[in-house]
Amino acid sequence: MASDIPYQTSLPLGAQLHRLLAAIGLRPRAAVILVPYLWLTIFFVVPCFIILKISLAQTLIAQPPYTPMLGPDSVPHEQIFDNFKRLGNDLLYIVAYGNSLKLAAISTVLCLLIGYPMAYGIARCSPSTRSLLLLAIILPFWTSFLIRVYAWMSILGKEGVLNDFLLAIGVINEPLQILYTPTAMYIGIVYAYLPFMILPLYSNLEKMDMSLLEAAADLGCRPFKAFCVITIPLSLPGIIAGSLLVFIPAVGEYVIPELLGGPDALMIGRVVYNEFSQNRDWPMSSAVAVAILLALVIPIMLFQYFQNKAQEAPK
Amino acid sequence: MAAERARAETTTQVWNDPNAKPYIRIENVTKKFGDFVAVNDVSLNIYRGELFALLGGSGCGKTTLLRMLAGFEQPTSGKIYIDDVDMADIPPYERPTNMMFQSYALFPHMTVEQNVAFGLKQDKTPAEQVKTRVGSILDMVQMRQFAHRKPHQLSGGQRQRVALARSLVKEPKLLLLDEPLGALDKKLREATQFEIMNIQDRLGITFIVVTHDQEEAMTLSTRIGVMNSGQIVQVGTPKEIYEYPNTKFVADFIGSVNLFEGHIVEDEPGHVLISAPEAGTEIYIDHGISSAPGAKVWVAIRPEKMDLTKNRPDDSDRNSAPGIVKGIAYMGNLSVYLIKLDSGKEVKVTMSNQRRAAEHAIDWDDRVYVTWHANSPVALLS
Repeated sequence: MASDIPYQTSLPLGAQLHRLLAAIGLRPRAAVILVPYLWLTIFFVVPCFIILKISLAQTLIAQPPYTPMLGPDSVPHEQIFDNFKRLGNDLLYIVAYGNSLKLAAISTVLCLLIGYPMAYGIARCSPSTRSLLLLAIILPFWTSFLIRVYAWMSILGKEGVLNDFLLAIGVINEPLQILYTPTAMYIGIVYAYLPFMILPLYSNLEKMDMSLLEAAADLGCRPFKAFCVITIPLSLPGIIAGSLLVFIPAVGEYVIPELLGGPDALMIGRVVYNEFSQNRDWPMSSAVAVAILLALVIPIMLFQYFQNKAQEAPK
Repeated sequence: MAAERARAETTTQVWNDPNAKPYIRIENVTKKFGDFVAVNDVSLNIYRGELFALLGGSGCGKTTLLRMLAGFEQPTSGKIYIDDVDMADIPPYERPTNMMFQSYALFPHMTVEQNVAFGLKQDKTPAEQVKTRVGSILDMVQMRQFAHRKPHQLSGGQRQRVALARSLVKEPKLLLLDEPLGALDKKLREATQFEIMNIQDRLGITFIVVTHDQEEAMTLSTRIGVMNSGQIVQVGTPKEIYEYPNTKFVADFIGSVNLFEGHIVEDEPGHVLISAPEAGTEIYIDHGISSAPGAKVWVAIRPEKMDLTKNRPDDSDRNSAPGIVKGIAYMGNLSVYLIKLDSGKEVKVTMSNQRRAAEHAIDWDDRVYVTWHANSPVALLS
């Protein structure tokens, strides 16, 4: 009987935690969400506002290299958006944004064209083959992204594997200039982002009810048409998810254009880097970054909108 | 007119006419999935205007057979002819069949109306005609007011009716129904059963229905094919199947039955006498079965063809088995009695409750005699 007493006086750990949370006015469920929210606030929201703050300042030869927000050295109110005005007026930035959006858009379409048949094929395999193929899709992530891009340099270079091979079989007489061209950039981006297209498409196509295609055939619909009017519309959420997962990071991609794209490939990621490290113009660099962020937030919001819509729809 | 014709066909029993040409011929069809034999050497003729039910438990191969007719599976061996055309190389989208899927397989991204119109649009039917035909078929299944809903906004029964409408709208020559009434409650099921029979009468379509529900098969069909482990064990009208099952399996699967093991004592053209120690009495049947004397047989007697009496019958050594009442289930219109015979075997007897609180009512633990008429038992050799 005596051994019961300690249990009655000291509560289990869970209950203690419960009381503690209640004391500061939190329900346990809210506490669980609090952790990721705190993380995101400290490491995402706050830095975003710091960047926004810097983007409204002007460059200064000092430490830190930009004007403070308040005080005698602060930027006059009428000049607070000057960096953003420069973004709109300077052709360099407009061209860079255009190039990046074009690169991202074309790469997304290429990823979709290559990824859709792959995802479709994997989804139609037997379960054991399926997991093997999915592993093969994810396998490259085990090696460093940089190393994989460098590998492409050695494949695509003048004395690279590809040129050696083509020369050896006699298709070409002199090496092709692929490295440091837009083609190399597209190869690199499509290569790097293809898994992000395949995985959401796969998870969508894998869930598809095959009896729908049988029903379509039964009603007189040929396989290709059934694919167009049944499979594609039903995989739209997967297409949207995959496309955004490719498009959004591809817009801001820095490494691939830098390494594979040659010196004249003017991309927005590169502009951010150059403004920051070469020109030491932190405010301008931040303004460029804020502008991309806004350009990407809109697609994300669209994505969320379509996701919600897809969730309202049946399975 | 069509109704009269269809009814005439069923009354003349076209399948008994040696000159009649079958509409569907299934010849020695076998389907294997790996080592598993789903359909084992099935041969079957089905005639125009029939409502044929494939009846069997789960995994008996009935759905596989249906899917081979629709063209979703290819027979491993054997041939299927529809209207004298070999179906071997004809893909599903060119077959004169439509199927109602057990899962309904409604297109989730289309409205009810678009789902039903889908088949007509594949045939490039003019838009106006599509509209009128879809409208009238939706009226028929009473789904007009839901035409603009999507499948996920419908109840199970409503989806089933949309699936039925979609398979009917093209007025196929052969309609395949996979467990068509499974999801409906009893009242709606009965209504839909009669609706299906009406449609069949009106349009003269040949129907093949797959079901595990014997009651559904009985009510709907002109003939039933009972399937067991990939084979068709008996084909016949609902009455033939019920009254004259040819095997223990069929007798047991369709309705409820009391089975006694025994051996033949006498087998004459006019009667059979079977000694059945299990029954505790000799069983006399007033028709011959032509088998060797001494052969092992099973005697099947339906519960409703048995009678109970407290008084010892005069001819008590034949067709009267003594026992004790072990249970009574009152079902309203009838009562089911569970009788433990002296041999230890339990039999079920159903009696209709003609009178309220019958005078000499049979009660628990009463000593009774189970009797039956000489034409009631069926002797089964396997």
